[in-house]
Amino acid sequence: MAHEMTNSTPSGLVETPPARVFHTEDITKIYRTGAVEVQALRGVNVELIAGEFTVLLGASGSGKSTLLNILGGLDHASGGRAWFRDQELTVMSDRGLTRYRRDHVGFVFQFYNLVPSLTARENVALVTEIASEPMPPEEALERVGLGHRMDHFPAEMSGGEQQRVAIARAIAKRPEVLLCDEPTGALDSKTGVQVLEALEKINAELGTSTIVITHNAGIQAMAHRVIRFADGNIADVTVNDTRIAPSEIEW
Amino acid sequence: MQSLDRKLLRDMTRLWSQSLAIALVLAVGVAIMVMMGGAERSLRETRDTFYERNRFGDIFATVTRAPMDVLGRVEAIPGVRLAEASVSKYVILDINGMAAPATGQLISVPSAGVPKMNVPTLSRGQWPASGQTGQVVVNESFATAHGFGIGDQFHGIINGQRRALTIVGTALSPEFIYTIGPGSIMPDDRRFGVIWMEGTALSAVYNLTGAFNTLTVGLGRDANRDEVIRQIDLILSPYGGTGAYFRKDQISNAFLQGELDQLSTMVKVVPPIFLIISAFLVNMVLGRLIALEREQIGLLKALGYYKGEIGWHYVKLAIAIGALGVAIGWGFGLWGGRGMAELYAQFFHFPYLVYVPYPSVYAISALAGLAAAALGAVTAVRKAVALSPAVAMAPPAPARYQSGVADRMIHFMKMRQTSVMIWRSLTRWPIRAALTMLGIATSAAVMVAALFMFDAMDELLDKSFVQLNRQDVVISFAGDRPRSVIEDVGHLPGVMVAEGVWSMPVRLKHGQFSRRTSLEARDPGSELTHLLTEEGDQVTPEGGIVLTRRLARQLDLDLGEQVTVLFPALGGTSAQVPVVGYAAQSFGMGAYVTPETLSQLAGQAPRVSLTNASIDQDKSEALFAAVKATPAVAGLVEMAAIRKSFNDTIAQNAGMMTTINSLMAALIAIGVVYNAARIQLSERARELASLRILGFSRGEVSYILLGELAVLTIVAIPVGLLMGQGLAAAMVTGFDSDLYAIPLAITRATYVRAAWVVGLASALSAAVVWRRIGQMDLVAVMKTRE
Repeated sequence: MAHEMTNSTPSGLVETPPARVFHTEDITKIYRTGAVEVQALRGVNVELIAGEFTVLLGASGSGKSTLLNILGGLDHASGGRAWFRDQELTVMSDRGLTRYRRDHVGFVFQFYNLVPSLTARENVALVTEIASEPMPPEEALERVGLGHRMDHFPAEMSGGEQQRVAIARAIAKRPEVLLCDEPTGALDSKTGVQVLEALEKINAELGTSTIVITHNAGIQAMAHRVIRFADGNIADVTVNDTRIAPSEIEW
Repeated sequence: MQSLDRKLLRDMTRLWSQSLAIALVLAVGVAIMVMMGGAERSLRETRDTFYERNRFGDIFATVTRAPMDVLGRVEAIPGVRLAEASVSKYVILDINGMAAPATGQLISVPSAGVPKMNVPTLSRGQWPASGQTGQVVVNESFATAHGFGIGDQFHGIINGQRRALTIVGTALSPEFIYTIGPGSIMPDDRRFGVIWMEGTALSAVYNLTGAFNTLTVGLGRDANRDEVIRQIDLILSPYGGTGAYFRKDQISNAFLQGELDQLSTMVKVVPPIFLIISAFLVNMVLGRLIALEREQIGLLKALGYYKGEIGWHYVKLAIAIGALGVAIGWGFGLWGGRGMAELYAQFFHFPYLVYVPYPSVYAISALAGLAAAALGAVTAVRKAVALSPAVAMAPPAPARYQSGVADRMIHFMKMRQTSVMIWRSLTRWPIRAALTMLGIATSAAVMVAALFMFDAMDELLDKSFVQLNRQDVVISFAGDRPRSVIEDVGHLPGVMVAEGVWSMPVRLKHGQFSRRTSLEARDPGSELTHLLTEEGDQVTPEGGIVLTRRLARQLDLDLGEQVTVLFPALGGTSAQVPVVGYAAQSFGMGAYVTPETLSQLAGQAPRVSLTNASIDQDKSEALFAAVKATPAVAGLVEMAAIRKSFNDTIAQNAGMMTTINSLMAALIAIGVVYNAARIQLSERARELASLRILGFSRGEVSYILLGELAVLTIVAIPVGLLMGQGLAAAMVTGFDSDLYAIPLAITRATYVRAAWVVGLASALSAAVVWRRIGQMDLVAVMKTRE
C-alpha cells in the first residue's frame, strides 16, 4: 500500500522562511587515542529545518555520528559553533548540556541501549520521571505498537521490539528533536520497516524534528532532506520532492 | 517507586551473594562497635552511678593508728567535702570444709547506721545490731562462693583470737567491685572475703578505740587535688601514714578502669579494620558493576540524568549493602552485648549491671557502617560519571597489556601460556592485586592478633609462676616483724624453705614524674623469687635500685640516673638512689633494693613484711592448720590457687573466643577472596569461555582464574602474619596499665592456625566460584556483547 507524501514542512502553512532547528558553523572534531589522531569532522556547516525528517547518509567513519553526538549534546566539538534554535550548544557546560538533553532531545541508538533490569514500561518511565511534560509511558508504548508488551523485560523481546521501546522512551518526553543513530542497523528488513514506520508516524503526528543516521541508502527515499557525508564533511544535500512509505523501501 | 530504584533493587538481588559477603564483614565491625562500645558505656555509667550514689572516696589513706580528732583536721582542709575514718584489718579466716585459710578484710561500720562513704549496698539481710560483736555483713560474692546464707557462721582469727562470725547480711561495695585479695592477681571469692562489722567491737579488739587506721576522703568539685593530698600526708605522717592515694590507684577501681581502657582501645582499633575492608570490597564490587554498566551510565546521561543523580544511584546501592551489614551487625551486637554483660557480672560486682542498648552507640555504628560503604562507592562512582556520554556508550578499548622485564623472565622460564595469563593479569592491575592481597593478609592478621592473647597468657603464667616466683605460699603479717620471723616460718609444719621480704610504701620521684609503689627488699641469693631482665638474665639491685621497665618508662628514668625515694610512713624522709637495672614483670610496678640499702634509706634495722615459702604439699593441711592458729599471721596466699583461677578464667573464655575470632577472620578472607573471584569471573568470562571452546578443560580454565587468587593468598599469608605481629604489639601497648602488662608472645602454633584459617576460607570461596565455572553456559557467554 503506497501512499504519496508531498514535501511540505509541517509549518508549511506559514509563509515566513522555514525555522531552523539546528545550524552549525565550521564544526570540527578531532579524536585522540594514544598517539593516533583522527579528524572526524572538518569544518561542517549545516542547517536543519524544524519538523523535517532528515536522513544522514555516509560510509562508516564519515563523521555523521560525530555530528549527531555534538548536536545531541553528547560530545563536545573541537572547534566551530553549533546552535539548537538560538541556543549555542558549543558554549554550554556539562550541566547545561545535560539540561538540554533532558528537556529537548530524544535519542535512539543502534543497540537499543535499554536497561536490562527494567521492563519496557519502566525503561520509558526512566525518562518520564525526569521530563517536564511527558506523556504517560503507556501512551508512548501504544504509539510504537507495544501496548501489549509493556511489562516485558528487554531480554524477553525481539530486536525490533526493543528498538521500538527505545523509540517510545525517546518520544515520551515530547522532545523537539529525535536523534537516531543507525536505528535499523541491527535489524532485519521486516522489523527495520516497523521501526521506521514508528519513527515516521511520530514525525508526522507530533511534528518532532527527526534526524536519522543510516548507511542504508534505501531509507533516504522517506526523508524530507538527505545529507550525504564523506570524509568528515558534507558532500551534498538533497531535498526530496516526493517521499515514499517505509514499507516500500528497498532494503 | 522510581525506575532507577527498581533497577537498584534488581541489581542487588542479582548481586546478593557478593552483597551478603560484604555485609557480613561490615557487620563484624558494627557488631563490635555496638557490643564493646555498649559494654564500655554500660560499665562506665553503672560504675559512675554506683560511685556517686554510694559515695565512693576520692582519696584513700592508711595509718598505723591515728586518734579520732585527726579526722577533724582532715575535714578542715579546703576542698574536702567529706571524710570518714574507719578501722580495717586483714585476718585469717577459718571456714568449714576448707583446709586452706582464707583471707578476710575486716572493715568497721558505725554502730548506728551505715558508713558515710564507700557505702555498701545491702543485697540481703541487715546491718549488725548495735553491740552484737559477732554479727557481720559479708560481700555477696564471698557468700555465694561458699553457699552462705543469713545466719551461717565461719571463724576469723582476730588479733590472735578465734571468733565465730555470724552472717546477718550480704552487701556490694563500690570499694570492691573487683574483689581482689592482698597479693593476688585474680579474684578468688572462696579465698578472699570482705567483712563489715560494728566499729566499736572491732576497734576494741585491735586496741584502736578512739582511733582509726583507714581514711576515706571525698573532694568538692573545685578542690585542688594535689594540694589536698599533700596536706593529708602532712597531717597523717606522724601516725604512720603510708601516703594517701587517689581513686585511680584504688585497686578495684584500677582494675575496672583497666578493663574500660581495654574496651575503648578495642573499639578504636578493631571496627575500623573491618570497616576499611568492607569499603574496599564495596569499591571492588561496585567498580566492576559500573564497568559492566558503562553503557547504561552513558545512556542515563544521554537521557538527561545529571552526574549527581547517576552517582547517587550507585552510592545508594552501596548504602543498601551497608544497611544490610548494619542490621546484621546490630543483631549480633545486641546478642553479644548481653553476653558481655553476663561475663562482666562474673568479675565486676555491681548491685545492678544492665546492658543498655544506647541509641547513640547504635547510631554511631550505623553511621560508620554506612559511611564506610558510601566511601567505597564514591571513588568507584566518581570515575564512571566523569566519562562523556558518547565515550561511555562506546565499548571500552581493550585493556592494554605490556610486556616488561618480567615478561622476558617468563619466556626464559618457559611458563605455560595459562600461567602467563595469570602473571599478566597480576601485573596489569598491580594495585588491585596488592589490595586484594592486603585484604587477605588482614584476615590473617586479625586471626594472629586474636589468638596471641592465649599465648601471651601462657607466657605470663610461665614468667610469673615459674621463672620469677617459685614459692608455694606467701605468708603475710599484721605489720612488719623482726627478721627472726623467717626462722619461725621455717619451723611451721611442711615448710621447706622460707625467705623474707621487707617492703615499704614509697613515692618515687624523677623530675616532674612521681609514682606510688612499694619498695621491696629481698634477701640476696633468693631461691624462691627471682628478678630477671626482659632477656631472662638475673639482675640484682646491688648498689642501687632495680625498677620494673614500665615504671622506669613512666618516670622517664634511664640506667645510672638518680631516683628520689620518699617514705611517707617515715615522716616524708627522702633519699636518692641510682637505677642499676630493669626487671621484667607482668604484674604491678615494683621497685627493688637490697635489705641493706632499704635499711640505710629507712634508717632502721631490716625487718620482714612477708615470707615466701616452698612447702611439702603432703603436709599442707598441717601447715594450714598451724597458720590458722598463729596470731601474727594476717594472710596466706597459695600461688597454685592463683594460678588455677587464672587458668580457669582463660580456659572458660578461650574456646568461645577462638571460635568467634576465627569466624571473624574467616569472614574477611571469604569476603575478599569470594568477591575477587566473582569479579574475575565476570571480567574474564568470555576469555575463559573461549578457552573452553578451544578445548581447555574446566580444571585448566579454573587454574587461570583461581591460580591468581592462590598466588595472592600464598603471598598474603606471610604478610598477614607479620601484620598480625604488629597488631598484637599495638594491642600490648594499648592494654598496658599500671596493674599488669601483657607480654608480646606469639607461638608458632598461632601462626600456623592463622595461616590455616585463611587458607581454608580462601579455598572455600574458590570452590564456590569453581562450581560456577562448571555451570558456565559457553554459548550464552560468547553471545554477550561485552
